[in-house]
Amino acid sequence: MSFPDLSKIPAIDKLGVEERVSRFCKRSIKNAAKKHGLHLALSMIDLTTLEGKDTEEKVKRLCYKAGHLHGSLEGLPNVAAVCVYPNFVRVAKKELEGSGINVASVSTAFPSGQSTLEVKLSDTKFAVEEGADEVDMVISRGKFLSGEYNFVYDEIATVKEVCGKAHLKVILETGELDTLDNVRKASDIAMYAGADFIKTSTGKISPASTMPVTFVMLNAIKDYYKATGIKIGMKPAGGISTAKIALQYLVMLKETLGNDWMNKDLFRFGASSLANDVLMQLEKQESGIYQSVDYFSKD
Amino acid sequence: MSDTSQTSSWSYASAPENTDHIVLKEQYDLFINGEFIKPDSKKYFKSINPATGEVIASISEANKKDVDLAVASARKAFTSWSKIEPKERAKYIFRIARMIQERAKEFAIIESIDGGKPIRESRDVDIPLAASHFFYYAGWADKLEYAFPNKNPKPLGVAGQIIPWNFPLLMAAWKIAPAIACGNTVVLKPAETTSLTALKLAEVIQESGLPKGVVNIVTGAGKTGSEIVNHPDLDKIAFTGSTQVGKLIQNSIVGTQKKSTLELGGKGANIIFEDAAIDQAVEGIINAIFFNQGHVCCAGSRLFVQESVAEIVIDKLKDRMSSLIVGDPLDKNTDIGAINSKEQLDTINKYIKVGREEGGEIYQPTCNLPSNGNWCPPTLFLNVSQSHTIVQEEIFGPVLAIQTFRTIDEVIEKANNTPFGLSAGVWTEKGAKIFKLTQELNAGVVWANTYNKFDSTSPFGGYKESGFGREGGLHGLIAYLNVE
Repeated sequence: MSFPDLSKIPAIDKLGVEERVSRFCKRSIKNAAKKHGLHLALSMIDLTTLEGKDTEEKVKRLCYKAGHLHGSLEGLPNVAAVCVYPNFVRVAKKELEGSGINVASVSTAFPSGQSTLEVKLSDTKFAVEEGADEVDMVISRGKFLSGEYNFVYDEIATVKEVCGKAHLKVILETGELDTLDNVRKASDIAMYAGADFIKTSTGKISPASTMPVTFVMLNAIKDYYKATGIKIGMKPAGGISTAKIALQYLVMLKETLGNDWMNKDLFRFGASSLANDVLMQLEKQESGIYQSVDYFSKD
Repeated sequence: MSDTSQTSSWSYASAPENTDHIVLKEQYDLFINGEFIKPDSKKYFKSINPATGEVIASISEANKKDVDLAVASARKAFTSWSKIEPKERAKYIFRIARMIQERAKEFAIIESIDGGKPIRESRDVDIPLAASHFFYYAGWADKLEYAFPNKNPKPLGVAGQIIPWNFPLLMAAWKIAPAIACGNTVVLKPAETTSLTALKLAEVIQESGLPKGVVNIVTGAGKTGSEIVNHPDLDKIAFTGSTQVGKLIQNSIVGTQKKSTLELGGKGANIIFEDAAIDQAVEGIINAIFFNQGHVCCAGSRLFVQESVAEIVIDKLKDRMSSLIVGDPLDKNTDIGAINSKEQLDTINKYIKVGREEGGEIYQPTCNLPSNGNWCPPTLFLNVSQSHTIVQEEIFGPVLAIQTFRTIDEVIEKANNTPFGLSAGVWTEKGAKIFKLTQELNAGVVWANTYNKFDSTSPFGGYKESGFGREGGLHGLIAYLNVE
């Protein structure tokens, strides 16, 4: 791992990116492909609750939902993970024991990242010790925007060390990075510093994930793979609330990184309400009619 | 239902456009003086679906007498059409534009069945642009005095118009809309492999109530075209097609009163500098050459990549080519459709063979091509130079010739080192470089950080052997007016 050569990072043309993205959105996904895609999307969800008002009870309910998506549909996959604040990792871990569902914890003074390295490291260490399988850290956007790229790189690399076996997802908070050129630069810094996943957003800033931003990050992952042979995962988060949008993301993933990335080890959706919309679409595929939202549990 | 999410790779199910509502006649007659009439020749030829080889319909072959009749009806109609209130002319043209929009889906599907282009393109590009052209020129009909102040603009008379098979309805719109907006009447001949949307347009024109004889559509091949070109009672010949035929036309009309505009071949240079947004440039190269199977006169068929980024650009190009979906033009997910005709496929294959024989290094991704119909996978050639045939001649297919360059002057010299001068593309994040190239490239259109963008308001046309005259925009009016 070494600091990336920033002079080699290609420029990004926003209009070109948007034009390409509009092509993905025009793909027609029908029948078997739709069902398969919706199953894939479910299996990639990080079911998330990150609120000040979260309680142990709330986390327990979410964990139960993660393993019991919808009783009337057979053969459904589980979601990939449940994503919580560090203080709920222990309870989530216990609830999900034996389910194969991971526990992800945000850390490093999520969501703003405005704290000292010391605090960020102990935050991360705590989450890992409590049993988090995955850590979602935030980068220091202020430092990034003031050009202190080495600071951002070092911080990620240090957090990565503390993570140990836990997978590290690095949240760029692209809604604060302003330009796609910055998104690309931050992606490269995060990957070269040791990220296992790069992630768009905390969900606390608008805009959260967008397709153009995710597309730029997918291209960064592709270039990194070509350069190093290492496959980095991608997690768009926030704003992906419908099955239709999820399928458009999957089209973009398939046509940019290929089938190798089409699994939960390398792609995740950070979302709280996506699962139910996907389930509604799957029910419709099965029965031919849309069911009332009241048939889908809200936890 | 089992959990398939972890087991197999994801592929798109077929998503063909529904064709149940498409009504096509078995046999199409000539559209002369507002009526469909049987050809004097009594001959019909077949229009073939290039994706399946199936016969779609029989099309009339117009002979000299048929062309005479069409020109006579246009001449008669000119007397009144050129004199009616310009705003009345505009109403008819607006009506045609709206009717094309209303029937857009039908037009798009027929265009894809008849010509082989992917439905995504006929739906999103051809048909909307055709409607837009009629809208745009309808707006000019009563404002010609403002377009050319103190020049007393007057229509030319009767125009003979011959159009190619690559954008059948769109080219008909490019020809008909400005001509009739200016008060001319027309005899239009579509290409013999793709007459159907022009004949559907004839139905729209008939329904629109446009006065009889203002637009006449005669079908047929080269012989019919030559009857039009050599007809003594035409005031104007407008042609879009090959440089070879363009030269013949120019020879035929020398010494006559006929005015002409020719929009001919091209060998567009697409230039990528090291400071370009590489991923978007690669996408631009793909659109520049593989749009409409490369059947585009302004296609970016010559790629120049700066040496410092050549390896990475070529690598990304190959990668992107392998994700293109080649197949059924009516499938909404198809990126590259069928080659327009057996003849054109033979031409393309001949050039691919020559490219190999002259030492070019070919790359084609693996594609599952259908067994019937005319197909060519996306193709690129490396290790070629300005001296190679496939760099010099227009192939009119999905074949890209790639060369590298070191300096800006070198690439300008190479880009201009061609008998053609229709189009070029420049990819760089440096504004100054864009301005330098737009000044120095001899091309009718130079796109910067994009390619193959068309708009009714923007003039299009070539230099050198790519032809003369402009279509689209204010410039497109001059081609159909006498100004003092």
